[in-house]
Amino acid sequence: MTDAVAHPPPSEPRAGLSTRARVLIGLFGAAVILTLLRPFLPDALIRVPEWAIPPLEPALDAIFAWFQNDLGLIHVTRAISGWLGVAIDAAANLLYGKSRWPRLDALPWSAVAGVAAVLGWWLGGWKLSLLAGGTFVWTALMGQWKWTMETMSVIVIAAPVSFVIGLILGISAWKWKRFERAIRPILAILQTLPFYTYLLPAVIFFKVGPTAASVATIVYAMPPMILMTAVGLKKVPPEVVEAGKMAGCTRWQMLTRVFIPSARSEILVGLNQVIMLSLAMVVLTAFIGMPGLGAKLLAMMNSFKLGRSFEIGITIVLLAITLDRLSKAWVVKQPEHFEKGTPWWQRHFFLVLGIATFVFFLLVAQVVPYLDEIGRRQAFSMGKEIDTAMKTALAWDWVQATTNGIRYFFNLFILIPTENALLYVPTFAVIAAVAGICYALGGAQPAIIGAVFFTTVAFFGWWDRAMLTLHSTVTAVLLAVLIGMPIAIWASRSARASRGAIFVCDTAQTFPSFIYLLPAIMLFGISPITVILSILIYTMVPVIRYTIEGLRGVPVELTEAADMAGATRWQKLKNVQLPLAMPTIAVGLNQALMFAFFMVIIAAFIGTRDIGQELQRTLAGTHLGKNFVLGFSVVFMALTFDIAINAWAERRRRALGLA
Amino acid sequence: MRGADFDPRKIKMSDTPVISARNVWKLFGAKPEAYLASMPAGHSYEQIREDGYIAGVKDVSIEVARGEMLVIMGLSGSGKSTLVRCFSRLHDITGGTIEIDGQDIGAFNEKELIDLRRSKMGMVFQSFGLLPHRTVLENVAFPLEMRGQDRHDRRDRALEVIRLVGLEGREEYYPRELSGGQQQRVGIARSLAIEPDIWFLDEPFSALDPLIRREMQDEFLRLQDMLGKTIVFITHDFDEALRLADRIAIMKDGAVEQCDTPDRIVLNPATEYVRKFTEEIDKARVVHAGVLVQEGLTGEGEPVAASDTIQSLARRLVNDASDAIPVKMADGAIKAMPRAEALGVLLGDGA
Repeated sequence: MTDAVAHPPPSEPRAGLSTRARVLIGLFGAAVILTLLRPFLPDALIRVPEWAIPPLEPALDAIFAWFQNDLGLIHVTRAISGWLGVAIDAAANLLYGKSRWPRLDALPWSAVAGVAAVLGWWLGGWKLSLLAGGTFVWTALMGQWKWTMETMSVIVIAAPVSFVIGLILGISAWKWKRFERAIRPILAILQTLPFYTYLLPAVIFFKVGPTAASVATIVYAMPPMILMTAVGLKKVPPEVVEAGKMAGCTRWQMLTRVFIPSARSEILVGLNQVIMLSLAMVVLTAFIGMPGLGAKLLAMMNSFKLGRSFEIGITIVLLAITLDRLSKAWVVKQPEHFEKGTPWWQRHFFLVLGIATFVFFLLVAQVVPYLDEIGRRQAFSMGKEIDTAMKTALAWDWVQATTNGIRYFFNLFILIPTENALLYVPTFAVIAAVAGICYALGGAQPAIIGAVFFTTVAFFGWWDRAMLTLHSTVTAVLLAVLIGMPIAIWASRSARASRGAIFVCDTAQTFPSFIYLLPAIMLFGISPITVILSILIYTMVPVIRYTIEGLRGVPVELTEAADMAGATRWQKLKNVQLPLAMPTIAVGLNQALMFAFFMVIIAAFIGTRDIGQELQRTLAGTHLGKNFVLGFSVVFMALTFDIAINAWAERRRRALGLA
Repeated sequence: MRGADFDPRKIKMSDTPVISARNVWKLFGAKPEAYLASMPAGHSYEQIREDGYIAGVKDVSIEVARGEMLVIMGLSGSGKSTLVRCFSRLHDITGGTIEIDGQDIGAFNEKELIDLRRSKMGMVFQSFGLLPHRTVLENVAFPLEMRGQDRHDRRDRALEVIRLVGLEGREEYYPRELSGGQQQRVGIARSLAIEPDIWFLDEPFSALDPLIRREMQDEFLRLQDMLGKTIVFITHDFDEALRLADRIAIMKDGAVEQCDTPDRIVLNPATEYVRKFTEEIDKARVVHAGVLVQEGLTGEGEPVAASDTIQSLARRLVNDASDAIPVKMADGAIKAMPRAEALGVLLGDGA
């Protein structure tokens, strides 16, 4: 992917070969030679031998045990779990009538939907009102109210907690440089940590169920909030800050009256992220026994009830879009003045309307039970019918022939051969090749980091599984690029198609990742292709999005200059647009890889043989050490690519004068 | 024009200066204090830069008298904004002292500094620096709120200043609902809300288009005539400086090149840099009769006012045949100016 333009000219033409070329030849040469010599190599050089693998897992277990028992961390977590438990139970009582304090019993679904509609109207007009109200009406009518509210009861507690803690940490990061330097790498790791690694500690410290789910969710949703807060506070214009100082603000006044309100947009974008990540995580916490939409979806997918899965999938997607649109509408909502003498109720129109709607439905629901709760028999779920229809459609000869054909072709000619090849290559040859790729992309520093990271993974002792994970990830992303890039290039040719495609991508990015398994399972059932296909769909979104953004971002003068130079469309694309768009496309590619590492782990429950499978197995036990070792195997592989690609994009941007 | 009646020396004698800066340095870089202490005297801006430091303010000594309007003028990067931020200690200075009403503000602790700003200082910013989430009324009342004034008081006071700057009826608007000129009126109103003694204006009209700028300058002069504040006004626009200033300080590379009344800057530029600045200026519009007065001369005929510009006296200067023209000074004394010199100014061949 590197072309001659991408790099400075060789520094030593004298010897014929630059340092760069020599390093590359050395690294790749070593990889090739090691691979060719494999039959003659001793076992110890092919894989890191058992005896050389440090006993990290028991050591970590011992450390955790010490923290938990001797340091008394367990008492702290029990206390936290007590408070969180009360809050979640209270939310659960109000939302779906779990018999806990305050014992007010479930709110009628119609009241919740009504308030959601008013909220939507206030934030974004009638369309948003329709979406927000409609989502809840759909949920109720489909007979999924209880599951949805189970999911919501964790979100309404976890998201605010995550928001507040993230805000405080973000302010600290902005205030104290040293704190920021300390948490940056931690945040980077947290954002690439496979979610199973969040789950097990949560389970061990907080037991299976909603409390553990909310703790995992709080931690998982926090990093972007911290970053956005710090970014927003840094961006407050200096003159606004000076105006605050000249007004004689104390430090506390500066923070609360000047900085935080001025950073409102970024902080609310952070909130949007918190909400969306909370939803994504809550759905995934089905794996640690959190009831709700995720658990139902998991159960339905496991028993291959496609119709029901499909309906739940729609609910999750609707919920995601609603939460996303509502919170984004809040970001852009600007205050507007009222004329003097506007009466009180008009100034607070939506608040009054919201309360009125709530009270109205609360009262009506006492009389009309249907508006209070929709029982299973009254629901409009078409699960069975859809199920039958889908299974019939999938059983049609030509459909089955196609899916079987694809499955056969991919398995036999692509997946199995490449997988076997990757497993054949000696460990150190892989490390040399990775270092070579990193060196080609980003230079010496990423190469060293990559080599160190992959060597660490080798000594963690799960090499073959790591290679399988790497294989699925890279294959899926390559396919996503092959399919996604042409789509993006086509779409980028017209402004309308670009807008449409970006809108679709942005919407798709709000869906909890779990959803992407659904179409894959529908088409291919339980097979290796399903894993690849779900990653492929999931990662195509950033590939398309960033490619379009990159191509559309090429300055008009440059494309016009190319036109005037008589370039054909292909020449223009190849020589002007793609080179200039590459840094942006690289960002998309990087995101695609990160998403892929995430997805491949989730897909483990379909039945893979990689790290994800082993990780998922740890959930059943208490082997924190193993869980962390596996988790960090993934982190190190992901970070290697992250660092190398970012270094490359950064260099290109500087070379093009874009940075 | 205001310059003619103003004699800074006279005020200085009768009153301690409101702002007094002595040998003020502001260096940006890794360890500015240590560097300044070890730096050989007389280092130039370029030499300092070669050592890795930027001289934002370079050895500036300046005094601002009560009720005076000092305009600090210079190109961007000349250090004018930095200097004014040193006066209010938005920047901590590297060397020298700054006294406000005889008190060294460098020695103030945080609370004293906050009190100083809450009671004595107002500042207007180039890009307004309004708080986007607050209405006009809430923005103007902001400094009052910060010092803990009660809700009714601050509302009354804020409404009063809003009326003063001609924004009545827009109290409930948000900044983004206003034009640039209106936003700056809010900025001005906010800076006046606490009734400051010292008023800092950092290129307040630069972000506005020329027509609005002119209108705002008139408005500003009207306010100043009414309020009589001590003002430090920053601009990069020489015309604006001439129009408003009692005295002008011209800055370059962090140092003050010349600080004097507009007349004297135009007539006697102290450095080559200042001379280049004043070259294009029509001196006859700037120079007042009072400045050209020489002791020992007596003129004939009707005396002209000391505050008349030479341009406004053009007909008289050309038609009158006498050597000296009587000038009635601000204090009522009758003096005289040599006609040839005034003609020289009028015809642009220097004084």
